Amino acid sequence: MDEPTLTTTPADGPPANGGATSSSGSTSTSGSAAPHRTATVPHGEPILEVDELQMYFPVKSSGIIRRTVGHVQAVDGVSFQVPAGGALGLVGESGCGKSTTGRLITRLLTPTAGAIRFEGQDIARLSPRELKPVRREIQMIFQDPYTSLNPRHTVGSIVGAPLEIHKVVPRNKVLPRVQELLEIVGLNPEHYNRYPNEFSGGQRQRIGIARALTLQPKLLVADEPVSALDVSIQAQVINLLQDLQREFDISFLFIAHDLAVVRHFCPEVAVMYLGKLVEIADRDTLYNHPHHPYTQALLSAVPDVKQAAIGGRRDRIRLEGDVPSPINPPSGCRFRTRCPLAQEICAKVEPPLLQIGPHHKVACHFAGEVGQHPTTPISASVLGVDEQGNQKPEAASTSELGSQPGFSDTWVDVHGHRGGSGATRSS
Amino acid sequence: MTISSDLASHTADTSLGTDPALEPVAGRSPTQLAMARFRKDKLSMAAFVVVAVYLLLGILAPFGVKFGILDPFSFHSSAKYLDIESGSIPKGFMGGISWSHPLGLEPGTGRDVASRLVYGVTFSLTIALSATIVAVSIGTVLGIVSGFVGGYVDAAIGRLTDLTLSFPQTLMLLALSGLAVAMIVQAGVPAGNVAQALFVILVLGLFGWPPIARIVRGQVLSIREREFIEAAKLMGAPRRRMYFKEVLPNLWAPLLVYFTLTMPAYISAEAALAYLQVSVKPPTPTLGNILTDSISYSSADFFFFFTPAFLIAVIVVSFNLVGDGLRDALDPRGAR
Repeated sequence: MDEPTLTTTPADGPPANGGATSSSGSTSTSGSAAPHRTATVPHGEPILEVDELQMYFPVKSSGIIRRTVGHVQAVDGVSFQVPAGGALGLVGESGCGKSTTGRLITRLLTPTAGAIRFEGQDIARLSPRELKPVRREIQMIFQDPYTSLNPRHTVGSIVGAPLEIHKVVPRNKVLPRVQELLEIVGLNPEHYNRYPNEFSGGQRQRIGIARALTLQPKLLVADEPVSALDVSIQAQVINLLQDLQREFDISFLFIAHDLAVVRHFCPEVAVMYLGKLVEIADRDTLYNHPHHPYTQALLSAVPDVKQAAIGGRRDRIRLEGDVPSPINPPSGCRFRTRCPLAQEICAKVEPPLLQIGPHHKVACHFAGEVGQHPTTPISASVLGVDEQGNQKPEAASTSELGSQPGFSDTWVDVHGHRGGSGATRSS
Repeated sequence: MTISSDLASHTADTSLGTDPALEPVAGRSPTQLAMARFRKDKLSMAAFVVVAVYLLLGILAPFGVKFGILDPFSFHSSAKYLDIESGSIPKGFMGGISWSHPLGLEPGTGRDVASRLVYGVTFSLTIALSATIVAVSIGTVLGIVSGFVGGYVDAAIGRLTDLTLSFPQTLMLLALSGLAVAMIVQAGVPAGNVAQALFVILVLGLFGWPPIARIVRGQVLSIREREFIEAAKLMGAPRRRMYFKEVLPNLWAPLLVYFTLTMPAYISAEAALAYLQVSVKPPTPTLGNILTDSISYSSADFFFFFTPAFLIAVIVVSFNLVGDGLRDALDPRGAR
């Protein structure tokens, strides 16, 4: 195997800041950017930074002495950023850990490891008392509008409850504020005295949104906010969320399994599989140039109206088998049991989430566009292993690879060296 | 692609909300809807009317006694009323029924049966109601905490429930009544029937909560997994608010049903305790001790024996019917 050439492709925008860049011309202009840079992602300061987040649920044996016999590795080392005022979409199939991630960020669950930095403050280990001020900043929109509203409370008391608990306004100011909120989400403010059972699903979801807005949060975790709604109502609620985002400058972590909804809402999208991020990129890169075989399979499963109209069917990538158990996930790459590209290295070495474009990270040894996957692992040289995934004695393992939450200004260029052994990162 | 361009914008929902035709509809809670269903159930409504009459009688009886309309205590033991030669059985039709004594007189003493029964309803219902409130309150709080907190707390409360259920409470009532009443008196309660009644209430209540705790725990286990509980946690709601504002309102249906089914059980329990001489003692009347007194006259003066037994049976059946009707009304899916 020939030694890889050292290639870094700079991102445009502000010149690279400091020592993270390579020696080979890291401050070139935007004209020489990566092969397919299409969208500009709003990249302000991240409001939320999730670093190596991990959630293992213990599995207890039955009987009186309930020993822990294993762990459900629901979320295992997930890192990402949500830019202030931006929206990150988190997609994946059922059971891949995306809802658990949402519940960790809102601290309904306490992570087993990792950091959740909200505006620079790590909230992963805060006690309930310490969390109380943070609760005002991070709110959640729930999936099921039928169980997320207490059936015995009026709309007014549901929407006004956060005000009462946090005592942000005097008691006699609660009702005007509630009515204002109902108006913002497009409900009749005179309906504050009604019960949830008198509203339709879409209206109930609006009530849930109003409740989430009550404390004027900076980050909203939307856990499949529209998947329980009719398609026509989905559009209304999505548009409402977009209006709110624009008006109140709220950041979103948008969890969904509907790729079309995510594409509409989120400029940046992360794909999860079995507790890990497999690919994260800006919207256009992810949807037009997915590099991970799982992302490609997901996207190929989306029905395409245009394609159907001209009579053809797009080639579907069919995945064989089921999702493995998160209690005992496969070694190396978790997707390898169903991956058409899997080779020996995939079982031996876990692929790092390598940055391969200005806003594109992918965790695959053979990352490439559909039909153009490289034949040799792109990550081998980075990891210091040979093509079969065996550790090369002279190379030290770099385990922190790809664990940084954000995007850096340099990345591994996989396109210029297709067929070769790939590229490596700068040092 | 756009999801919405060819679909109605989200303002469509708004216009629906402001439709003036919808305006006059007042908010109806799930409870109000259930009560509407209950009112349609004729048998339950009839039973409810009976229960209401008893409650009214029970509330009004002390005033009747105070103003002399009811006279449960004065003796009419002269030969004018009682047949002194043959065991003091009241003279006249069916145990001495007359305008001034509509249900006759008591054999032996000649006290007015109607007054004693009505006044007895007051004491019987007071004891049964208080005991039910004690049992349901303890059961509800322990059930909510047990179901909501889970873990060791749940296990501890569960074992306490088992222990209480396995305790021989009838034996306790009989064997310890003297000692326990003495302790109650020592605690500052006036001796006599007040202490005696308090003893019965406490024993029935303190041993009656396990079933309700189990029912509530089961309900809470399902309620706590609903998303509105997560929403409340997300707001930072304190525990007390979770238990009593988020969970408790969702328990009214089973609690109300259980309440109306426990009342009649305690009315008959009081009667049984009266027979065992541990309840309120004569001359203060309860339905139980009137029935106990009347048993020895069951052949000589059948009507005197029949009336208290009948009144107990009617209130017990009525309360049970109301309970069943409430269950059907509050949980329409459970109806047959």
